[in-house]
Amino acid sequence: MSETLLDETILSVRDLAVVSTGGGTTETILDRVSFDLKRGEILGLVGESGSGKSMTSRALIRLLPSNRLSVSGGQAFLNGRDILALDDKAMRAVRGGSIGMIFQNPSSHLDPVMTIGKQIAESIRFHKSVGKGEARRQAVDILRQVGIPDPERRFDAYPHEFSGGMRQRAMIAVALACDPDILIADEPTTALDVTVQAQILKLLTDLRDTRGVSIIFITHDLGVVSQVCDRVAVMYGGRIVELGGKREVIGQGRHPYTAGLVACQPAEGSPGERVRTIHGQPPRVGHMPEGCRFHPRCPKVSERCSMVSPELELAAPGHQVACHYPITQRLAEVAT
Amino acid sequence: MNARPAPLLEVNGLNVHFGGGGLIPSLRKPPLRAVNDVSLTVMPGETLGLVGESGSGKSTLGRAVLRLGELTSGEVLFDGTDMARATMGDLNRLRRETAMIFQDPYGALNPRMRVGDAIAEVLRVHNKVPADGIRARVADLLNLVGLDAGYARSRPLDLSGGQCQRIGIARALAVEPKLIVADECVAALDVSIQGQILNLLMDLRERIGMAIIFIAHDLAIVRRLCDRVAVMYLGRIVEVGPTEEVFTDPRHPYSASLLSAIPDIDPDKGLPENPLAGEPPSPIALPSGCAFHPRCPKALPQCSTGEPPLLGRDGPHRAACILPPGEVTI
Repeated sequence: MSETLLDETILSVRDLAVVSTGGGTTETILDRVSFDLKRGEILGLVGESGSGKSMTSRALIRLLPSNRLSVSGGQAFLNGRDILALDDKAMRAVRGGSIGMIFQNPSSHLDPVMTIGKQIAESIRFHKSVGKGEARRQAVDILRQVGIPDPERRFDAYPHEFSGGMRQRAMIAVALACDPDILIADEPTTALDVTVQAQILKLLTDLRDTRGVSIIFITHDLGVVSQVCDRVAVMYGGRIVELGGKREVIGQGRHPYTAGLVACQPAEGSPGERVRTIHGQPPRVGHMPEGCRFHPRCPKVSERCSMVSPELELAAPGHQVACHYPITQRLAEVAT
Repeated sequence: MNARPAPLLEVNGLNVHFGGGGLIPSLRKPPLRAVNDVSLTVMPGETLGLVGESGSGKSTLGRAVLRLGELTSGEVLFDGTDMARATMGDLNRLRRETAMIFQDPYGALNPRMRVGDAIAEVLRVHNKVPADGIRARVADLLNLVGLDAGYARSRPLDLSGGQCQRIGIARALAVEPKLIVADECVAALDVSIQGQILNLLMDLRERIGMAIIFIAHDLAIVRRLCDRVAVMYLGRIVEVGPTEEVFTDPRHPYSASLLSAIPDIDPDKGLPENPLAGEPPSPIALPSGCAFHPRCPKALPQCSTGEPPLLGRDGPHRAACILPPGEVTI
C-alpha cells in the first residue's frame, strides 16, 4: 500500500449513538463513537463482549439486530455522503455495494440451497447492470482471487460441500463481488482453527494490498490485531476509549483498560505464574456506571472519574484517549 | 526420576469409532475414526494439556476417558481398574472420583434451578455429606471458587459467564475428584474473566491436588497452566512431552506449524510467511500413511504409505514422526 492511499479518508464516523428503547426506558448502547477510516487501511475494533464493537458495524450498515435498537444520532460520511441519512432503498445499494460484510459464522450467512457461484453472481447482478454470462465470469474470477482451487467447477458447489475455511473464503468472495471500498469483517476468524486463521488473515491483507480495500476488523484477539491492523480502536461499555496506531495502543496503551487488557493475556508471563486480571466484570446494558464507565474496575480511579465522563482527546499525534488520568509511561501494575 | 509413582490414569490403545455398522456388508460405510490408537498417562496431581484443531478428537477422548461417551476398544485404567470393561460398581466409583467442566457455563446448568440447589444435587446423588450438612458444604464450595455464599439463591441467568463457570467448577469439585476433565472451559469467556478462572484452577490444583486434563485450542493458556501437553491430529496423538520442551523444541511438523500460527501480541511481528496450507481432511477418509503427510512441508515419499508412524514409548518427549528431531523446525 502506498502512502498516498492512506491519506485519503474514505469513511468518517462522528458521534454515532445507538439506543435501546422498550419498557418505558431508553438505554444508551453506543455513545459518541467517532473514527476515521483511510483508503487501504485496516482498522481494528477490539473489546470484550458487550463493548459495542459489533454494534458499531451493524449501525453503520443499518442492520441492527433488534427492532428495539435505533441510531439516535451522529453521522457517517462515506465518500462525503452521510449514509446514516439515506433512505432504505439507497442504503440497499450501499450494503454489498460500497460496503461488503464478512461474519464470524459463514454457514449462517450463506444460503444453504443456492450454489456458491450463484450467490456471488446474484450480488453482482443486483449492483451492476451486467448479463448472466458476464456475472458468472466475474464470479469465477473472484473465487480464484480468494484462493478457491478449481473455481470453474466450485462455482456450482453448495456451501455444505465446502470446508469451514473454504466457506469463509466464499463469504469473502460474496463481499468482494461488487468491488467495495470498505470491508467490514466481524470476528472473521474466531470460529476457525489457527492454521486456517493464518491463511484467511493472509488473504485479507493481500486483498488490501492488491485492491486497496479498507477493512474494519472486529475482533477480541489482540494477537490478530497486532498482526494485521494498522490502527486500533479499543471499545469499552459502548465507547471508544483509545484510538491510535497499533504500536502505540498495544505497545504503550495510555488508557488503563487497554494496558490492563494487554497485561491479562495468558501469553504475557511465565508458566505456572498467575495470570494478571482486571477485577470485576464489564458493565452490562442498563447498568452502565456514571462518569467513566471503566471507573469501578480502574486502579487509577479518583473522584472525578465517577462523575465526569472523559472525552476522547488527542494525547499525542494520531493517538486519542478518553481518560482523565491517562498513563504517561507504561505501567504494568494496572492489572493486579 | 526413580521409582515412579503409579499413574492415576493410563490409557492404552484407545479407539473411538462412530457409525460404520449396518447389516448389509456392501452398504456399510467406513466408520468415522474420532480417536485412533491413543495411549497416554496422567499422574496424580498432574495437569495434561490436550491440544489440536477442531475435529482432532480431543473432546471425544476426554469424554471417553470419563466413560461419558462410548469407546470402541482399548483400555482405560483409572487407579488400576479398567474402566473400559467396568462393572456398574466400578463406574459409580469413577463418577465419584472424576468430574467434567464444560465449555458453555450456561448450557451446563439448569436455568430454572437455583445454583445452590444445582451444587446440592451433586452432593445428594453421591451421598457426599449427611442431609443436614449440605447447606454448609454448598457455602464452602461457593467460597472455594471465590463466590459469596449468598449466590446460592441466584439462578444461572442472573449470573455473568465467569460466575456461571465458577458454579460449574464448584459442581465438579463437589465430588472431591481425583481427576477433572476441563473441555475448553475458558474459551467462551472474555480475556479479563479468563484469567480469573485460570488462576482459580491453579489455586485449586495446589490446594486440592487433583489431576486435570485441560482440553483447549488456545496454546498460550496451555503453556501457562499445563505440566505436559499432548498434540492431537485426526484422532492420534502426534506429540507428547513436557510443555516447555514441546513449545520450544517441537518434534512433529504439525506441532511446529501449529505453534508458528499463533498470532503473537507483538506489533512488530507480521503474519507468518508461509502458513500451513490446506485444512485437516475428513476423519471418515483418513489419508494413508501419516495422516499429516498431505499438508506436511517436510513430507518424504515414504510418509504417504504404510502404517502411520508410532509415538514411541521411550522418554518423556515423544513424537510420531520419522524425521530426526533436529529437522522438524519450520
